[in-house]
Amino acid sequence: MKEYPVLGNKDTRSGFGDGLTELGKSNPKVVALCADLTGSLKMNQFENDNPERFFQVGIAEANMIGIAAGLTIGGKIPYTGTFANFSTSRVYDQIRQSIAYSNKNVKICASHAGLTLGEDGATHQVLEDIGMMKMLPHMTVINPCDYNQTKAATIAIADHVGPVYLRFGRPKMPIFISEDTPFVIGKALLLNEGTDVTIVATGHLVWPAIEAGKALAEKGISAEVINIHTIKPLDEEAILKSVAKTGCIVSAEEHQIAGGLGESIAQVLSRNNPLPQEFVAVNDSFGESGSPAELMEKYGLDTPNLIAAAEKVIARK
Amino acid sequence: MHDTNLIELSDFCSQVRRDIVRMVHAVASGHPGGSLGCTEYITALYQSEMNHSADNFDMDGKGEDLFFLSNGHISPVFYSVLARSGYFEVAELSTFRKLNTRLQGHPTTHEGLPGVRIASGSLGQGLSAGIGAALAKKLNNDSGIIYTLHGDGEIQEGQIWEAALYAAGNKVDNIISCIDYNHKQIDGDIDDVLPLGDIKAKWESFGWQVMEMDGNNMEQVITTLRQAKAATGKGVPIMLIMKTEMGNGVDFMMGTHKWHGSPPNDDQLKSALSQLEETLGDY
Repeated sequence: MKEYPVLGNKDTRSGFGDGLTELGKSNPKVVALCADLTGSLKMNQFENDNPERFFQVGIAEANMIGIAAGLTIGGKIPYTGTFANFSTSRVYDQIRQSIAYSNKNVKICASHAGLTLGEDGATHQVLEDIGMMKMLPHMTVINPCDYNQTKAATIAIADHVGPVYLRFGRPKMPIFISEDTPFVIGKALLLNEGTDVTIVATGHLVWPAIEAGKALAEKGISAEVINIHTIKPLDEEAILKSVAKTGCIVSAEEHQIAGGLGESIAQVLSRNNPLPQEFVAVNDSFGESGSPAELMEKYGLDTPNLIAAAEKVIARK
Repeated sequence: MHDTNLIELSDFCSQVRRDIVRMVHAVASGHPGGSLGCTEYITALYQSEMNHSADNFDMDGKGEDLFFLSNGHISPVFYSVLARSGYFEVAELSTFRKLNTRLQGHPTTHEGLPGVRIASGSLGQGLSAGIGAALAKKLNNDSGIIYTLHGDGEIQEGQIWEAALYAAGNKVDNIISCIDYNHKQIDGDIDDVLPLGDIKAKWESFGWQVMEMDGNNMEQVITTLRQAKAATGKGVPIMLIMKTEMGNGVDFMMGTHKWHGSPPNDDQLKSALSQLEETLGDY
C-alpha cells in the first residue's frame, strides 16, 4: 500500500489563490473578477500584482457572471471568484445562457463549498452545486482534494478552452498530493491499488478515503482508492476497470447524493456493469452551524462512515 | 446628412419590416411588435453608424464596434438586418425558427450564426455582457464602441441595475446602451404590469448620461447616435431612451401590446405587406 505522508496543512482556497497568482505572471489573457470576497477567495495577490486585470464587482454576482462572459469576447480568460453558493444557485440562469449555452471561456471558481464552510450554516453551505453544474452542456466540473491539486487545477484550466466550474473550500486540510503531480482534466488518479472494494472520492473526502483504506487493510480488506477530481467529463474507463476487479464501489463526496459524483458513477455502472454501490454523501438534507469536523461526523462524511460503507458494499456482492 | 442616405435607409427599413412579418407568419410564431419598433435603430447601427465587418465574422471583433441584443425575442429584426448587411445569405431568413436552423427563436452562438456574439432571450443579461466586452476593449487598447439594446420591460430585471451601478462606478465610457421605450410588455402597458417611473431620472441618478430620441424617426436616430458617439470616452456610460411604437409600420399592429409575440394570419400578412414596399427584393 502506497503511503501518503502529510506534506503540510493548508486550505484548498489558498491553492486557488496561489495558482491564480502564478497565472497572473505567466498568462496575460487571464483576468479575475470578485464579488466582495477577495480575502476569502485569496485573490489579493493577483489583485495587487495586476490591478488592471482585476475587477471588483461588488455584491452583484449575476452582473459578475455576465461581465465575465463579455470579457471572453476580446480574448480574455476570466476567473470569477465568490462562495460556491453564490457562484451557482444564485446565478444559474446567467451561467446557463451567457456562459454554458454561449460556450464562453469562463472559469467559475467557487470557494466555501459544502459543509466544511462550518459555522456560517446552511444558507452558505451549498450541497447541490456539482449537480447543477454537471447538468449544463459544455461545462467541465472539477473538485480538487488538497492545496497542491487545487493550485495545479487552477493553472491547468487556463489552457482548456470552454467553461469550467472549479470547486474548493475553506478549512485547512492535509496536503498529500505531490507538487509535481500533473493535473490532467478528466483523468482519475489511482492512489492505492486493491482487490476487495473500490473507493472513489472527490474533494475533501479524498484524505478520509486514504485513511479508510489504511484502516480496512488492518482488517484484512484490500481497498482500491481512486481520486476523481474531474466529475465531468468523468473518467469512466478508470471506474469500470477498477470495479471489474473489485466488484463493488463506494463513492464519497461533500455534496448531496442527488446530483453528485456518486450519481454519475451509478449511471456508468447501470449502463455498463451493474454492481453494488454505497454513497457517502449528504442524504437529502440541509447543513447547519458547527465546526467542519463536527459537521462531517454528524452528516456521515468521515473515515468511520467510509469504513462502514466499504464493509456494507462488500457484503452486498 | 444627405437626403439620399435617408432615402436609402428608409428603403432598407421597409424591406426589413417585410422580412419581419413574413418570417413570423411563415412559422406562426415569433415577436413582430418589438422587431418592427426597433427597425430604424438596428438599421441605423449596421447600415450607417457602426464600424463593423460582415466578412469573415470574428467573435472577438477586434477593432470593430460590437452590438449586443439583450432583448433577444426581437430576433426577426436582428436577423434581417444582419443578413441584409452581409453576415449570411438573405435566403436563410426562410429557416427562422425551423428545425436545424441557425436562426433560433432567440439568438445564439450555439449554431454558429455570424453576427451573434452571445445568446440572449432570458432577459436582463446583455448589459453585463456588453460591459464585459467594453472592458476587454479597454484592456486591448481597442477604440471600438459597444452597443446594447434592451426592452423597457426588460429593465424590470434586477441584473440590469447591478450592471448600471457597475458601469457608472467604474467609468465604462465606451458603451452606448439603448432602451426600446414602447411602454408595452406581454401582459399589457408597463404602468399596469410594473411601473418604471421616471426612467430618465433613474438612469441619471445611477450615473449615466441619458439622451432621448424618437426611435422611429431615422434622422433623429442617426443624429442622436452621433451625439452619443461624441460623448464616449468622457468617463460616463451613455443610455439612449428611445421612444418607439410597438408594431411600427403596420397600422393594425400599432397602439396595442397584442402583437408583442403574436404572428399575423394570411389575411393580416397580406394587409401588412400592402403597407410595406418591397425595396430590396423579398428573400
